[in-house]
Amino acid sequence: MAIESFDVAIIGGGPGGYVAAIRASQLGFKVACIEKRETLGGTCLNVGCIPSKALLESSELFLQASKHFENHGIIVSKPQIDVPAMIARKDKIVKGLGDGISSLFKKNKINRIAGLGKIIASNRIEVTDKTGSKSEIEAKFIIIATGSEPASLPCLPMDGEFVVSSAEALNFKSVPKDLVVVGAGYIGLEMGSVWTRLGSNVQVLEFLPKALPISDSESAALLQRSLEKQGLNFNFDTKVTGGKREGGQIIIECEKAGQKVQFKADKALVCVGRKPNSLGLGIEALGIIVDPRTAQIKVDQFLRTAVPNIYAIGDLVAGPMLAHKAEEEGVAAAENIAGGKTTVNHDTIPSVIYTWPELSSVGKTEEQLKETKVPYKIGKFPFIANSRARTMGETEGMVKILAHEKTDRILGVHIVGPRASDMIAEAVAWVEMQASAEDVARTCHAHPTLSEAFKEAAMAVEKKAIHI
Amino acid sequence: MITEIKVPSVGESISEGVLSKWYKKTGDTVKVNEPLFEVETEKATTEIVAPDAGVLTILTAEGDKVLIGAVVGKINKSTAGASPATSPASVSASSASVATEPATSGAVSNPAARHLAEKAGVDLSAIAGSGKGARVLKEDVIAHVESQQKPNAIVPKDVRREVARETRQRMTPIRQRIAERLLHAQQSSAILTTFNEADMSAIMAFRAKYKESFQKKHGVGLGFMSFFVKAVIEGLKAYPAVNARIDNQDIVYHHFYDIGVAVSTEKGLMVPVLRNVDELTFAEIEKKIVELAVKAKENKITVGDLQGGTFTITNGGTFGSMLSTPILNPPQSGILGMHAIQKRAVVVDDQIVIRPMMYIALSYDHRIIDGKEAVSFLVRVKECLENPERIFFSV
Repeated sequence: MAIESFDVAIIGGGPGGYVAAIRASQLGFKVACIEKRETLGGTCLNVGCIPSKALLESSELFLQASKHFENHGIIVSKPQIDVPAMIARKDKIVKGLGDGISSLFKKNKINRIAGLGKIIASNRIEVTDKTGSKSEIEAKFIIIATGSEPASLPCLPMDGEFVVSSAEALNFKSVPKDLVVVGAGYIGLEMGSVWTRLGSNVQVLEFLPKALPISDSESAALLQRSLEKQGLNFNFDTKVTGGKREGGQIIIECEKAGQKVQFKADKALVCVGRKPNSLGLGIEALGIIVDPRTAQIKVDQFLRTAVPNIYAIGDLVAGPMLAHKAEEEGVAAAENIAGGKTTVNHDTIPSVIYTWPELSSVGKTEEQLKETKVPYKIGKFPFIANSRARTMGETEGMVKILAHEKTDRILGVHIVGPRASDMIAEAVAWVEMQASAEDVARTCHAHPTLSEAFKEAAMAVEKKAIHI
Repeated sequence: MITEIKVPSVGESISEGVLSKWYKKTGDTVKVNEPLFEVETEKATTEIVAPDAGVLTILTAEGDKVLIGAVVGKINKSTAGASPATSPASVSASSASVATEPATSGAVSNPAARHLAEKAGVDLSAIAGSGKGARVLKEDVIAHVESQQKPNAIVPKDVRREVARETRQRMTPIRQRIAERLLHAQQSSAILTTFNEADMSAIMAFRAKYKESFQKKHGVGLGFMSFFVKAVIEGLKAYPAVNARIDNQDIVYHHFYDIGVAVSTEKGLMVPVLRNVDELTFAEIEKKIVELAVKAKENKITVGDLQGGTFTITNGGTFGSMLSTPILNPPQSGILGMHAIQKRAVVVDDQIVIRPMMYIALSYDHRIIDGKEAVSFLVRVKECLENPERIFFSV
């Protein structure tokens, strides 16, 4: 049988891979996308960003109905939670978006190949389908976009029932009475928030002395206090050493300040980071360099590996493991294959934590500026002084802008507050356009909006905020 | 109503200069035709007057390079007390130069950059933007303003010495032009100098005799220069090649006598030209020389005053020079050097006598002037100087 040949073959149909496929097709290439899952969209759509946001939204509404409606004068009888219905709603959203990507593939005439891809030569890929049968395709260019998977703790292996990853925590059939979350990173805080709102007693165990270690410390601490008020329990400097099943529960064994501590829970959710899916692809034999410590694939600024016709993008390469970063790189890789010189600026990739309040950031943290001895000024504005936040009854948090002391260039923006996820878009645009804080301060913002807090924070850089 | 202040054309073939001095400050109220600033070009320094009345805003700092036509400031009429009295005619006349856009348009810039530039009186279009799409950022304006505040930043600091071992200074446009032209003259012509000497007794006697009556009648002193100019005309008439120029394969003879007279100014040597001197009287020549010298010293000389001479006279004697070999002023082919007058023992009619003597030098372009002609020209000049009546009788 003749081997089918493509201009560009992409291994992985996540946000990096499917976007690369569409862009490559737009550029006139014959494109194949190899995906092991039944559905496209990767971790993000199937077991990550999207389903978690669906549950965060549902649980937030439940919380609003339970606790905050009466502040608005809305009287409802005690709301009930139907977990299977909530999960079913989430699944429907995921399916809808997945179908959307499938139709985009059809529209762009992208050949979707189901199975696990393995590169066997610099222009040849072997695909193993779920029945185990193998086939091969040829491609002039290959983009590796196999993403990442949750990292596990050797002392607390996942069993899919009591000790689970974020994927299973999206599909609990009922609200666990006691939930242990190992790791106070963004996934732990988001999933911890969902189940806290729905009634779980959540204990967050963190090896380090603070939550969200790579976020701006002041902002992370502000968020942590809000979450504590909502009922999340934080245990820092706590090292998980093992776990054992006891009855229908699991006992998590820890060490804290030399003392042994135990946490009894119905479920333990392990969110201690993610590791690149760079192994088993057969790429090292081709000369592609994989960092043995981080498992990241080494690429140049144009995302090309050591093999000139093979590119790697997204969670596999350096930079934050975020869907939108992978999408940018997918576009860049496709354009570079077409002879372009597209690069992705890692300094202007926003990050968002979808707790409530939300925490969003772009650029440098105050700690990074101190470490690199960059002189800076700070402008802050609290949402309690923002009229729109007051009308929403969402007054926790603040906007914090870090600007260069001399040039006034905006170096970092950190927002803790309502809809911080949407507000960060403006900050990213300013940072991308190399703006100064004064540029923001001199730009009109609509009233009454949350975005005024951003403008006021920019004015506060020169201590000229109006409303505080 | 805002009127832009633009750098006007200050002469043919001049496209840029340096805004060397502002006479007014931002915020000053200025009147129409009041001197505002001066522009120094490679040929001259020109005073520019206000095109309109109103309150001045300066956009270009002193020492900045400016292009002809560049906007260096603006005058806001609405804030001037005189504006209501302006007649409709003058309003419509001036409206042609009223800016329809801010002076900073053109350069793409961020809002804070525009604001700071306005505040600092900096022209945004003069700043190279470092942002996306050459956008001018606030930091670009800060850097620009700082670089202007520290013009001597390139002088390295010597921690051991109080006094720097050297200083480096950018040549002014005029000095750069002088350097360029002198080097060009040396490299592009075959310059040779011939010498003679003249007994100045007769001229000195004339001057002593008519000094007061000349001054009374003409309002100007009777100097040496008018005699020299007239003597030179006699020489040029006798030897036309000295009044000619080379143009590629051709020799172009001039049938007019426009004589450049070198004047020393603070900014360097300038050579304003006396036109059609063969038609001028001694008094007219003296008056013209004074007029041009004053203009040169007050930076009011125009490019027109400096162009088109056919021969030059330079007087190193005013500074005490005994002998020198002047450099030609291309495309001219001859230059006469005057020197200091000294009493020397000379032999006249086999007698040793004391006479006021001056060495005179003629540098000439040997490509078109033979030695015989050059020497003869200088002899003719000498004869006319020693016997000024020869000028009147053309003998």
